[in-house]
Amino acid sequence: MSSKKLNFQYRYGFSVPEVSIFKAKKGLSKKLIKKISQLKNEPSWMTELRLKAYQVFINKPMPTWGADLSKINFDEIIYYLKSTDKPKSSWEELPEEIKETYDKIGVPEAEKKFLAGVSAQFESEVVYKSIQKQLQKQGVVFLDMDSGLREYPELVKEYFSKIVSIYDNKFAALNSAVWSGGSFVYVPKGVKVTLPLQAYFRINAQNFGQFERTLIIADEGSYVHYIEGCTAPIYTTSSLHAAVVEIFVKKKARVRYTTVQNWSKNVFNLVTKRSRVEEEGVMEWVDCNLGSQVTMKYPSCILAGEGARGEVLSIAYASSDQVQDAGAKMIHLARNTSSRIISKSISSRGGRTSYRGLVHVGKNAYNSSVYVSCDALILDEKSRSDTYPTMKIENNQVDVQHEATVEKLGEEKILYLQSRGIKKSDAEGLLVNGFIEPITKEIPLEYTVELNRLINLEMSGSVG
Amino acid sequence: MLTLKNLDVFVEEKQIIKDLNYVFEKNKVYAVMGPNGSGKSTLAYAIIGHPHYRLSEKSKIIFNNKDIKEDGPDKRAKKGIFVSFQQPLSLQGVSVFQLLRLALTGKIDPLTLKKKIEKISQELEIKKELIERSLNDGASGGERKKLELLQGVILNPKLMIFDEIDTGIDVDSLKKISLMINKIKKNKTIVLITHYNRILKYIKPDKVLILKEGKIIKEGDYLLAEEIEKKGYSFLK
Repeated sequence: MSSKKLNFQYRYGFSVPEVSIFKAKKGLSKKLIKKISQLKNEPSWMTELRLKAYQVFINKPMPTWGADLSKINFDEIIYYLKSTDKPKSSWEELPEEIKETYDKIGVPEAEKKFLAGVSAQFESEVVYKSIQKQLQKQGVVFLDMDSGLREYPELVKEYFSKIVSIYDNKFAALNSAVWSGGSFVYVPKGVKVTLPLQAYFRINAQNFGQFERTLIIADEGSYVHYIEGCTAPIYTTSSLHAAVVEIFVKKKARVRYTTVQNWSKNVFNLVTKRSRVEEEGVMEWVDCNLGSQVTMKYPSCILAGEGARGEVLSIAYASSDQVQDAGAKMIHLARNTSSRIISKSISSRGGRTSYRGLVHVGKNAYNSSVYVSCDALILDEKSRSDTYPTMKIENNQVDVQHEATVEKLGEEKILYLQSRGIKKSDAEGLLVNGFIEPITKEIPLEYTVELNRLINLEMSGSVG
Repeated sequence: MLTLKNLDVFVEEKQIIKDLNYVFEKNKVYAVMGPNGSGKSTLAYAIIGHPHYRLSEKSKIIFNNKDIKEDGPDKRAKKGIFVSFQQPLSLQGVSVFQLLRLALTGKIDPLTLKKKIEKISQELEIKKELIERSLNDGASGGERKKLELLQGVILNPKLMIFDEIDTGIDVDSLKKISLMINKIKKNKTIVLITHYNRILKYIKPDKVLILKEGKIIKEGDYLLAEEIEKKGYSFLK
């Protein structure tokens, strides 16, 4: 896909010169994996896990369902890139080019606003991080994954790859083999982190696949909200983003994980996100997908403890040449567990969205409840939306509700708004933003504003 | 203010308005009455520029000395035309504040707008939650009509067409709405499309027009409306 084909002014479509110190050659081999692990000074169990995962990756075939992934050429990808020696802890220490990039995406402002610590990923290594003293006082650990492994090797060993095994799928295996960066979060018992923890991700090298790995452990009775917002510059060849996120929600803990995914339209975004929720714990995934060429992502909750609750709220927006194959998985294993999936998709100018969901209620999950609602908005004749809901209910004492709607943007509503002096494209934008409002009201205002702006930008392009 | 010349309006192939000619003047209140299907709402839609309503080539809609026939609804609104709809739709996830903020971008700062909305809705006795939630979501007939008027007041147009703003509302709402229209009507052209005399007791029209089968068949003053109330439309030829 050439950049000329993009008829959309990408707001963050810029890049700065690469400043990497070590950059691996294209393609993947055992030797390179050993080298990555050695450069990072990792314990031997991690090196072994990487090598084993690599073997699984080689052996597993490409998924034959969902979006077309045949354009991914694994030999053309750079699997490791280290941009500075070690993570920097203050803004002043950052190289000028990196600061420039962050200025453009507004990291310093975000820091001023939230003051909860910013961990920003620049070319696979976390280079900028500032943690509030308060977090440290509370005993909250918020590190990049590499530092997490160095500083808390036992904790990482206990939880790493325990929900998403290396055998899970081809891309989770690939991530396990070559992972770099991502976040490591530990929230001690009873600690409530009041401000959201934010991480900014960024891909900045051509053909560079980003394989971050995030592990969040919320101990009993704790609360944390983690936010990842992604922006990426445009490149002429396809990039791959294959991340893995594992979240442990202990008894009575609550975790919210919010994603605003806005990769440029040449990125394959294939992410495995899964959580395990213990007794009376609550896991909430808020997942907004606007960018990328192809996204395949199905945040999951394993409701393992009695009274556990899982929620996935998702938005998918697909415009021309985009496929958003998104959904959710809810696995009910215990009594009185409840799950709620609310999915809103929008397809325009030939874009394609799919809702793909699995709800599995096991035979011991008595008195559980399931609610699934998927709404699709199709803006024109060229666009398409599909729904693939799967329900496996092995228990008859379960309350299951499923709702699905498909609608088109109403002409009468557009006229109504126009009659108030609003341009047609703005009217469409307003209606689309209204359609996703039940979800956007759940995310922090800054992200809502950003989302609304991006959608309006898309809408104005469609009329031009 | 608004001149309609040789106005023919079609919905698909069917002609609804037939060679209508009329001049609406500034600072005057007009009542447009007529039996069901006479073309009253069609007239409102044609003036705002609903894409489903097609005009003949010789038709002219002249607003402030310019033919606006080629303008889209948003341009017409920007030039100062406002239509309050008979059955306002509800808009999911769009509050009246968001709508007006977008409509008045660059003309009024959000804070002033918010205060203005609060003030007008107090005067109209619109419940606060109706302002904050999705427009017309869970609103009664009367509340919907009040929300229409609220938008009209804030947009401050030159020509206001109210399509059956008095239908489906209780007496108290009717009084509030009428009071507000009387308060803002100065220097504007007000057109009340109505079936009933009721609202005309509160807002005295300068002219009453009777529309039948797409034509103005009679023009008179307030007394004409009273006569219609007594005798119905059938006495008119």
